Amino acid sequence: MAPMRTSTKVMAAGTAVKPMTAEAAEEIAAQDFASIVESHRPQIFRFLLASLRDVDLAETLTQECFLKAHRNWKHFRGDSSAMTWLMRIAINLTKDHWRNRRLQFWRHTQANAIGVDEASDWLPNGDRSAEQQILAREQVALVWKIVDGLSPRQRTVFLLRYVEDRELSEIAKATGLSEGTVKAHLSRALARVRAELRGTR
Amino acid sequence: MSRRDKLAGEIDDPMVTGALENFKASVDAWSDAAYHRPRTVVKAARHTVRLAASWALVCLLAAGSLAGGLYERHHRQELARIEASKAAIKAAEQKVALEHAASEKPVKATTVTKRQPTAVKRAANENEDLLASVDSDVSRQVPAAMEPLAQMMDDNGAN
Repeated sequence: MAPMRTSTKVMAAGTAVKPMTAEAAEEIAAQDFASIVESHRPQIFRFLLASLRDVDLAETLTQECFLKAHRNWKHFRGDSSAMTWLMRIAINLTKDHWRNRRLQFWRHTQANAIGVDEASDWLPNGDRSAEQQILAREQVALVWKIVDGLSPRQRTVFLLRYVEDRELSEIAKATGLSEGTVKAHLSRALARVRAELRGTR
Repeated sequence: MSRRDKLAGEIDDPMVTGALENFKASVDAWSDAAYHRPRTVVKAARHTVRLAASWALVCLLAAGSLAGGLYERHHRQELARIEASKAAIKAAEQKVALEHAASEKPVKATTVTKRQPTAVKRAANENEDLLASVDSDVSRQVPAAMEPLAQMMDDNGAN
């Protein structure tokens, strides 16, 4: 039987307390990962859903994202937040997906993706009047249309900022871009939204 | 600082702010509904059927190619057998023809002797037999016109 690895917590006074076995450390790590899955899964799913507009594909890629994260969990050093790390994995998965889709052009991978109008149907009523509801739906459809026309990188930055509420520094880390580039992408995307909204006024 | 204030601080246009807020609310609602929707196993069943169908197709193709190969092999063997029997018949015919030719043209037999000594030898023997029998027949049958001369010779011999 292999000797059991132990790590020992040492207090300031130098007295050793409660030795921790490798199994116990692994269990704690697994619990950590489970809690991270529980807390971040809906956000990752939401980001992937907004990026792809395909529920099944978003679910599949969410699973893949957490599978990859689990495999590399021991390499996660905590330089950024777990959420940023997971977002980075999710972004890479969407990139891979688009690349594969381009290569497999004969397959209709976007068959399950819903259209812009259908996506804009999802709007909570709140305490709006019917007129306000219609106006809000039109605005949402317009934003979807603009998001559809953005480049993949601009779209990712836009969704991370205005759907996921991520800070610029977090977006820069997740996308691997500089903060200046992120700002430039956001500025261009916002300019398009503004121009489209003014056009419909 | 609320999200609205944050957006307002970043974007000076209230209409854009409102549109982005509505957009986020819409995505949130859709995502929540999709995330908590009941899961069905229809796709998995379809997948199983597709898998079974593809396996059946693969098995069918494998069996077909195997049967084709076996049939081809059998067919080739049959053709080879027919060819061999044809060749044997041809060889026998050639042999018979050779023998026939040797018996009809004894002069040419000398050239063949080197190639087929037994057949030529046999043909030569047959020729000799034939000549011997012809000689004896000729010696025995004396034509009627020569009869007196023959008798006279016999008489002279006796004297």
